[in-house]
Amino acid sequence: MRRQRSVDVLVVGGGPAGLAAAARLAASGAGTVEVLEREARAGGVPHHCHHGGFGRWGVTGPQYAERLVEDALGAGAAVRTGVSATGWAGPLSLDTTGPHGLERITARALILATGARERPRTARLVPGSRPAGVFTTGELQQAVNIYRQEIGTRAVVVGAEPVSYAALSALRRAGVEVAALVTEEKRPQVGRCRAAAARLGVPSVPLVTGAVVAELMGRGRLSGVRLRRGDGRDGRECVLACDTVVFTGDFVPDHELARRGGVLLDAGTRGPAVDGSFRTASPGVFAVGSGVHAVVPARVAAGEGVRVARAVRGHLEGVGWPCGAVPVVVGAPLRWVAPNLLSPGAPGSRFVLRTAKALVCPVLVVSQDGRCLYRQRVLGKVLPNRGLYFSGSWVGKVDAGGGPVRVALG
Amino acid sequence: MSVTTKGPLPAEPYDVTVVGAGVVGSAIARELAGHHRLRVALVEASGDVGDGTSKANTAILHTGFDAVPGSLEARLVREGSRLLAAYAAESGIPVEPVGALLIAWDEEQLAALPGLLKKAERNGYDEARIIGADEVRAREPHLGEGALGALDVPGESIICPWTTTLAYATQAVREGVDLHLNCTVEKVGSSPPGGSECHELTTPRGVVRTRYLINAAGLHADALDRRVLGRGAFTVTPRRGQLIVFDKLARDLVSHILLPVPTALGKGVLVAPTVYGNVLLGPTAEELDDRRATGTTGEGLAGLRAKGRRILPALLDEEVTAVYAGLRAATEHDDYQIHGSPEERYITVGGIRSTGLTASMAIAEYVVGLLAEAAGPDLDLTVAGNLDPVSMPNLGEAFLRPYQRADLIATDSAYGSIVCHCERVTRGEIRDALISTVPPGSLDGLRRRTRARGGRCQGFYCGAAVRELFDGWGESGAAR
Repeated sequence: MRRQRSVDVLVVGGGPAGLAAAARLAASGAGTVEVLEREARAGGVPHHCHHGGFGRWGVTGPQYAERLVEDALGAGAAVRTGVSATGWAGPLSLDTTGPHGLERITARALILATGARERPRTARLVPGSRPAGVFTTGELQQAVNIYRQEIGTRAVVVGAEPVSYAALSALRRAGVEVAALVTEEKRPQVGRCRAAAARLGVPSVPLVTGAVVAELMGRGRLSGVRLRRGDGRDGRECVLACDTVVFTGDFVPDHELARRGGVLLDAGTRGPAVDGSFRTASPGVFAVGSGVHAVVPARVAAGEGVRVARAVRGHLEGVGWPCGAVPVVVGAPLRWVAPNLLSPGAPGSRFVLRTAKALVCPVLVVSQDGRCLYRQRVLGKVLPNRGLYFSGSWVGKVDAGGGPVRVALG
Repeated sequence: MSVTTKGPLPAEPYDVTVVGAGVVGSAIARELAGHHRLRVALVEASGDVGDGTSKANTAILHTGFDAVPGSLEARLVREGSRLLAAYAAESGIPVEPVGALLIAWDEEQLAALPGLLKKAERNGYDEARIIGADEVRAREPHLGEGALGALDVPGESIICPWTTTLAYATQAVREGVDLHLNCTVEKVGSSPPGGSECHELTTPRGVVRTRYLINAAGLHADALDRRVLGRGAFTVTPRRGQLIVFDKLARDLVSHILLPVPTALGKGVLVAPTVYGNVLLGPTAEELDDRRATGTTGEGLAGLRAKGRRILPALLDEEVTAVYAGLRAATEHDDYQIHGSPEERYITVGGIRSTGLTASMAIAEYVVGLLAEAAGPDLDLTVAGNLDPVSMPNLGEAFLRPYQRADLIATDSAYGSIVCHCERVTRGEIRDALISTVPPGSLDGLRRRTRARGGRCQGFYCGAAVRELFDGWGESGAAR
């Protein structure tokens, strides 16, 4: 038997985006607001990040997560942990499983805040054996910071973006020697100080650039990784001995629920396509945070949660759902842009871009049907795996009946 | 009933010992378990059952339509298919009768279809028929351009290979078979003449004595043959098959097992749904010398993706959940190599290639028949008692899983507590596996029993939590 219930707002995912949205909505009298969190504790990824720097006061991840939960609860939202949304029963109805049984919850507005995951070794098609000792940062941080598990003795970190350096510090906490950071890129994608601190620290961790992991070796337990530097088959190869490898970054939105519900996805982000108010193409369904565009820092996700609340209230008060949104698309070397739908009358929001290739002082051009809507020279470097934000001041010039809006960087 | 993973082995001789706890060895042990008066051992080199060739195959329950007519393999696949389908229904092993289409992509392959149809009929399978390009397109709308026709084989099914081996081993152990894991057979000798003659199998854990010996050692069957007989009837040439498992969101792209038409150039690769709701692409077929080379290669995976793109273009846009490689125990012969050596009180069960899963129960019956012949009145194999049925945990998507069952969750809330989110595996299922008759010895073994950590995130979300449960309930922690 499935118990049936109704709420005003149902939020799927109790991370920074979902909790911030729930807190704001509950505080503003949006009716019954409920957050479903499938893990045993709400708070999302910050729970696993024991380093500081979260929120305005730079607190640790767990402290930040606790504050988000308290804010949501204090505002009157229900936060239900250990409850998984397993499928759809209608346009705004979800089936759930939890220790107390099965439910079918119908809402007037649904917010998808399902977050993102790192692509594991298999999805990256890294060849070789299937030994133990292969991690993603997500698994590593939980193993170290929550369960205090044995990790290994010598590790290689694949990636050189902020999350890679977070993996490095988790490994150090666990007493694991780090043999190297390895990145396909020509330079690390973090600030100079952070990169230098790792490279020059005690013990120092070398950064290997322009290299890919060509093979995992070892039987039972990892014994080493084969690196290939340079291009193609002629590349030089070497083997780094290690019993642990951490594949970091390469985030993808956890979009399964959205996709199963027929919510339109964006080809670039692979998350739900949303407009400036985080409205998806499915009436009543909103999407925020890293589940929309992977991956954003916790404070950005929480900020989106705050901003979606206004749009959700509008929807609950009867503001009509936009139809006929104009898609925003990108061309190479850009990976994606968000928001990626332009609804008539939606607020001109800020856009974020992600590039696949490092560029120096490129020109950003926004156009529609060959007509230039916006042009800006970006000062400084644009790096892969880092966001580039730009203004939505041009949104008013978009022809609602025209073709897709194109964003180019070159 | 016992499973041992370490420590000394019993000194008393067994009546029959089966070497190799893959799907074939476990099926033979189960068949022998019905003869309750016999002392039977199942000896395995690895720390788990089904940990070699049996864990990494294409998971298909074949009809045997394309076997070599008149061969032992053809007969045993045909019989085994029927036996295993019935056993699966009784034991809760997930099977989905999705049917297969052998797609012809060029004129040569199209011309081969009538011959395959005749072959199917000669193998006693008469439900196959040839269908045209339009019907192929209607039945598989996501298929790539250029399919000219297909042989429709409705009897082919997909099955869970892990549960099958585990069900056999579980039933055997519950009926009194001793399963000894981590027991590589390093040497075979015989006890001094005069006393009752026994084979003596030297393992790192000590010596196993047995009156009769059955070799189901898979990739190592030829080596064991030579140790026992001083000669061998065949040589195993490991044939590596690399496979790519695509995400569950790809499952709707394909309805049937899409088999290649075998040509002079080889068997080609298939695309098949799995009972776990994924889509499989593979295998490669690489002849190797190294019997431990279960790694994947960049070229192998790239080649599979190129072939997959032709068969089901949209598949390549989906995320990859897993990649793996298995070694098939091919020999220089076209048929199974099952031989009895009555003088030596020994039976070889070798050369069991990719059809071994399907044929396993028929192989077991056949081998026990050979054993009865070889042993005569020395072993009482005439009366087989009934085996208590086993009920395996369901890993299949076509049947209700615990997280979907309000009745189960009401009796035990652990079945409502999902730990592995991608595969929706609950705390209750993980606990059950860890305290089961044949418990897993590793996280991989736990994955094969529950699917935990086997999904798209490969442990990003649940890895540490599953490990915590394993460490708490596993070998060392069960008593806590």
